[in-house]
Formats: sequence, C-alpha cells, structure tokens
Amino acid sequence: MTTATFKIWRGDAEGGDFKDYDTEITEGMVVLDAVHQIQAESANDLAVRWNCKAGKCGSCSAEVNGMPRLLCMTRMDTIDIDKPISIEPIKAFPTMRDLVTDVSWNFEVKKTIKKFNPRPPDAEDGTWRMAQEDVDRVQEFRKCIECFLCQDVCHVLRDHQKTEEFIGPRFLVYTAALDMHPLDTEDRLEDLKDAHGIGFCNITKCCTHVCPENITITDNAIIPLKERVADRFYDPLKKLFRRLFGKKS
Amino acid sequence: MDSYKTFEYDVLVIGAGGAGLRASIEASAAGISVGLVCKSLLGKAHTVMAEGGIAAALSNVDDRDDWKTHFADTMRGGQYVNNYRMAELHAQEAPERVHELEAWGAVFDRTGDQKILQRNFGGHKYPRLAHVGDRTGLEMIRTLQDHGIHQGIDVHMECTIIRLLKEGDRVTAAFGYDRERGKFRLFKARAIVLATGGYGRAYKITSNSWEYTGDGHSLAYDAGADLIDMEYLQFHPTGMVWPPSVRGILVTEGVRGEGGVLRNSEGNRFMFDDIPDLYKDQTADNPEEGWIYTQGDKEARRPPELLTRDHVARCIIREIREGRGSPHGGVFLDIAWIREKLPNAPEHIKRKLPSMYHQFKELANLDITEEPMEVGPTTHYAMGGIRVDGDTQMSTVQGLFAAGECAGGMHGANRLGGNSLSDLLVFGKRAGEYAAEFAKENGATGVDDSAIADTIQWALAPIERQEAEGSGESPYQIQYDLQDTMQELVGIVRTQEEMDQAVEKIAALKQRADQAAAPGNREFYPGWDTALDLHNLLTISEAVARAAARRQESRGAHFREDYPDKDEEWGKTSLVVKKGGDGTMEVSREPVMDIPAELQAIIEENR
Repeated sequence: MTTATFKIWRGDAEGGDFKDYDTEITEGMVVLDAVHQIQAESANDLAVRWNCKAGKCGSCSAEVNGMPRLLCMTRMDTIDIDKPISIEPIKAFPTMRDLVTDVSWNFEVKKTIKKFNPRPPDAEDGTWRMAQEDVDRVQEFRKCIECFLCQDVCHVLRDHQKTEEFIGPRFLVYTAALDMHPLDTEDRLEDLKDAHGIGFCNITKCCTHVCPENITITDNAIIPLKERVADRFYDPLKKLFRRLFGKKS
Repeated sequence: MDSYKTFEYDVLVIGAGGAGLRASIEASAAGISVGLVCKSLLGKAHTVMAEGGIAAALSNVDDRDDWKTHFADTMRGGQYVNNYRMAELHAQEAPERVHELEAWGAVFDRTGDQKILQRNFGGHKYPRLAHVGDRTGLEMIRTLQDHGIHQGIDVHMECTIIRLLKEGDRVTAAFGYDRERGKFRLFKARAIVLATGGYGRAYKITSNSWEYTGDGHSLAYDAGADLIDMEYLQFHPTGMVWPPSVRGILVTEGVRGEGGVLRNSEGNRFMFDDIPDLYKDQTADNPEEGWIYTQGDKEARRPPELLTRDHVARCIIREIREGRGSPHGGVFLDIAWIREKLPNAPEHIKRKLPSMYHQFKELANLDITEEPMEVGPTTHYAMGGIRVDGDTQMSTVQGLFAAGECAGGMHGANRLGGNSLSDLLVFGKRAGEYAAEFAKENGATGVDDSAIADTIQWALAPIERQEAEGSGESPYQIQYDLQDTMQELVGIVRTQEEMDQAVEKIAALKQRADQAAAPGNREFYPGWDTALDLHNLLTISEAVARAAARRQESRGAHFREDYPDKDEEWGKTSLVVKKGGDGTMEVSREPVMDIPAELQAIIEENR
C-alpha cells in the first residue's frame, strides 16, 4: 500500500493554515481523487469546488505544489509522493473556504464586454456561410473552459491586483473570440485600450503556460489584439491616412 | 428560527444547464423578471460534458433528411412509447433552435459549402448532429451563458433548492440555501421551471457529476407532481473503465460515428452478431459497408456499432459476462485501426475527436491514435422524469414546469444520442415561454410560513445531530451504499428478485439517512450538501426500482432477464409514479398516448 501526505490549506477569508492528511494512493489516481478520499475519510467539511472530473468544466482550479492546475487532470503519478504535496486555493482571488475562492469578479467583468453582434444573415433562410479555415482560430479560443488559471497566474492580477483596470487573459481571449468571429460587426478596440487595460499585459506568457486547454493565449489572442489597438490608436501614418481618406482601421 | 433572505420573481428557473439557460433567456425576453438558481458556478453545469452534437434535421450534409425522418427515428429509438407530441415538436423545432445558437455566436464545424457540418450518430438515419469537434456541449452552454448575461437575468450561483412550496394546487415558491455561506433563501415566484438534469449519482459507475442527484425529480414528486417512465434509464455503452478513478467518464459515441469499432478479446467485431429486426434493413452486414457509411457514402448502411445505446450496452455486457472482455472488465473500442484506410489518420482523429484524444492521453496514458481504448457501460441519462404537457412543459402541478433531462416522455424507452442537446433547446425555450405566460396570467400568491419552518428544521437536523455527541452516521457512507445497491440490483440487466430486494434496501437506507450527521460549519460544506442530497437520491432510486420491478417485459433501456421479450400489452402502457395520500409511493399503469393518424403514417413510411 502506498500512502502520500498532503498539506492542504484549511481556513477562510480571515486566515488559515496547512493541515496534514495521509491517504492511500492507487493506480491512475488524480489529485482530486485524493482530495475526495480525504474528504470522505477524515475531513467531511473540506471545501473543494468540482464538477465534471474530466477537465471539461474548469471548476477544480487550485495550486498543487505551487503550480496552478486542474485537480482533476493532475495525475498522482506525475508528482513526487516521497515529499508532502501541498494543495492551496488559487491566489489571485479572495479565499472563501479551504480550496474555494470567490471568482465572482470574473463573471462581472464578462458583462462589460460588448456582446456578439452578427452581420445580417447571408442566405434567405436566415443562415450564414463561414468557411472552416476562417473559424479555426475562433474555435481555438472557444475551447476555453473558464478555469481562470490564466487569471490566477497573471502578475497584473495576482501581484498588482489591478482588477479595476485590467480584465486579464481570460477576457482578452474572450474579446479575441468575438473580435475575430467572421460574423461579428462590433468595435471593441477602444474598450480594450481604455476600460479593459490591454496595455497592462507585458507578454510574459505565464497564462499560455498554464492553460489546460493549450490555447496559445498570448501569441494568438493577446498580441493580435494589441496590434489592432496599436494600429488604430498609435500608428501616426495610419492615423494620418485615415484622416485624409476617412478610412476606418 | 434561522433567518432567511427573500427574493421575488415572475419566473424562477432552477438549474442552469442548457435547458435552464434557454428557459431563462426566453422568459426574460417576455419582459418579466427572471431568477436563475444553480448549484455550481454559471457555465459549469453538466451540459458541458455533452460531446457528440445536437441532432437537428438541417439537411446540410444529406438533403434527404427532414423533420419527419427525425421524428420517426426518435420514435423507433424510443420503442414507440414516447410522448409523441414532444417527439414531433422536437423534430420540427430543433433546426430553428440550432440556427438561433449561431445567431448568438456559436461556431459550429463547417461543411465544404460553408454551412453547419453534421455527423453520424447511433439510430439517426442521416448525418444529423451539428457539432464542434467533440466539445459541442461546451459550445452550447457558453453561447447560452454569454447571450443570457446581457438579458438582465438575476443569477444565484452555488445555491441549492431543497423544497418547493405550494398554495392549494399551485406552486408559489422555492426554498433553499446558498452553498457558499450556508444561509437560507426563499424565492417567491409566479411560475417555476425545473431544469435540474438527471440522477446518475444514485449509481456507482456514472458519467454524471456530483450535481446529478435528481433534485428536480424529487422536488416535483414531493410537491405532488407525476413522474413518468422512471424504469427507463440509459446506460451509455462506452464509458472509460481504466484506471479505476476515471471509471464511468464518457467516451463519445462520436468515436463510433467517425469509424471506431467495438471488438472483444478475440478480436471479433461482436456487434455484427446480433442486429435487432427493427434495424436489420438499415444496418450494414459487412465491415466495408459500415466503414464507407462513416465516410459519407449515401448508399451504404450504418455499421452495427451505431445501433441504439440500449442495444450496444447489452451486447457489451454479454461479451464481458461470457468471458470475452478486455483486461479491466470492458471491451475494446478501436479508432486507431482507421490508419489502414486513411493516410493521415492520427491527425484526422485528433481533429475530429480532440477532447477524447486529450482525455485518454492525460487520464489513462493512452494514445487513441495508436491503441484501442477499453470501454464499458456507464449510467448516463434518465429518460424518465416529470410528466409534462408536450406543448407547454407544465407538470401536473399548476405553475410548475420542467424541461430537459428532468422532464419525462420525449425519449420513450431509449434516447438517441444527440437528441438531448436539441431537447434542452426546444423544450427549454417552450418552458420559458409558457412559464412567462403563466406568470403574466396568474397573480402573486402567499407562502406558508409553517412549511418554511419545517424545511429549516429538517435541513439543519444533520448539523444539530452531530452536535449531540456520538450520534448519526456519515452521509458519504450512506451514499456509497445506495450507489452499490443501485449498481448491483437495478442495473442494465434486471430481475424481479433483485429489484424487490433493492426496494427493501432503499427503505433501510432511508432510515439511516434520517440519522445522517454532518460535522462542521455551514459554509461551503460538502458533508451537509451530501446529507441533504440523500433525500433526493433515495426518493428517485425508489421510483426507479419500483417502476422497473413493475414492468414485466424488456423494452429499450429496461431489460429484464426474467422477461427478455417485448410484450404487446406492456407496449401500450406507461408507468406513472406519484406520492400517495399517506406519503407512500404509488405506481400506476396508464395507457401510452394514442398517436394521431398523420404521425402514425410518418412512422409507417419510415419503417
């Protein structure tokens, strides 16, 4: 029988501490299984958020040995169990209880992004035509499961707490998905520059590194958006060109 | 008495998966106030797990398809005991609901001529499932969520409803608690829509998440509503079987739709061995014909792997029982073999089935482009549910509506893959529309304070029980024991003796649940949640066991070893479960709805 020791953060908004739990490790287990086992055996009140247990819902985000991870997709056989394994809540957002954090800010931010606004239908029956190659990029962004690990690891949110000025990588990806949608007609560049603070991102790519869906957040979403913003607002030649010929972007 | 916070809405929707979100959007579009309560965070509901696609006769890939064929396929799949009106409306309205999703920003995979691509699935005559790789559910829930947040819907996340309150025959409020803080909440409403999904957590091996505890079924039953078809529970033929911790997690039917085949330990494609008469004309009799069908040959017939789920699950059980299973008690599902047919097979598989590739790679350390998967049946979907009017989705209780998996009738004895997502959209919309209409036509009502006091006392009992030193039992243990009971005694293959035993065991578990104790505080407290969920799980388990014990024939997902054949008389009978006057459960026989002549003609044309 193999056992492992887990140091799990227990506490609430007022504070807390790591507590040690030993549990048996069996073949194929993921960290979430260990947490559930501990919950059933010795800590009935251990709070953890989870749902699908298959990496599809993005509920069980936490930090395992300091790394932001989905608990359900972190296999025990990828972790050194000779040493105690630490599990703590994600840090960018306020702690509620144990491994559960208050991520409600993210839901509020999303509402501030202008919604999808399609062009009139292409066909008489009210439907549209889009080529697969034109939607590939958007489909990559739409794989996002909203686990908020990218938000957690972004230093603008995590270390500098710029939640008033910056929407974070998740919502830059969301904006990119809308902006690059072949049917969308909305203009979100001014919001990106001002209210949504895209300039705060200095492309350290930590978000891309932790994304469980392997979305190339920085290269495919954020940088093209930055370029669009720069083109619109900071390119003197284009600015002049636009003024002279009245052409948008 | 513990305090509670009161909210008031015209329409309250309980559950924020596909059906609940669609209902909320529709109700709020009617210009009334809408509250939406969900057990998890918004966008995490079980709809995200749906993989294969949304069935709708768009006729983008095969122009022979139309709603009539979809209707006939749904009725055949359901063994003709479906609520025909729901099957009819579903087939007619699904295309419009899918196009609407596109208008709200969904990005489906495309055909060569830039329309929505459709794929093959079990029991569907033509390629019919609009999809996004194998993550269609995520696309659907995110589209509804992102559209819904701009509609002014008041969302209560991480909140559980534990009781519906009535005045006379009419539902007037829902009472629950917010899981984050453990505080009680009262939601007064002129109409309530239940969209709570199923009850797979009553079983040990299931594709369902912790939320699936039959809340809506049980809330409606306790409020006096009829449940129908409770004996029909779908076991999806392909769940993961190894490693143990992922046992039950879904492997999409899309694998078979893309050419994946089932084999036993002898390498035999056993699905060719048993093709039901109802499907003989539509099913390929050799591997080559099956393969070319999956690659779009319109003249070819479906491979037997794409027979209905009830049948495929039983064939798998047969192989395992007769000693031809895989090392970990399943059978082999092989998509890697298509390398023999396609030069770029690994890339093709990763493109068509990205999350299956990811899931097996990450959780089982297995590359599905190289090796076969091991799969076995997993508890997946409740065909049975709250009895509703096909047009309005109102239950037998005034002002109480139900949509999606928690509503019964639409799928009859067996649901076709892909018909669930379309069901959520079609009937979510209808429930929202008619709940809004009901709310407009019927004024506000009162709430019975003594019922609230009773509910609070009941809900706090597990916590108080613990405070009395040494009393009470862990709710987790009771749940495990229930899961074992249902898995062993009311599973895929059923017998009278086993189900009678199950009914007795459930009664004993109920007594233990009344003594469940949850040590700890009330904030985000899983032990307390589990203790309260037990009531729902046990109520629904009893309904399933009693209905299944009563139906002495085999039909669709309900297979009786002691009555292995279909029975004509039973084919005209539905079973209805209801709470009797003395509080005990009553099961009664009622005639299956008569199918009107014009719909019967459609069924005959498509035989």
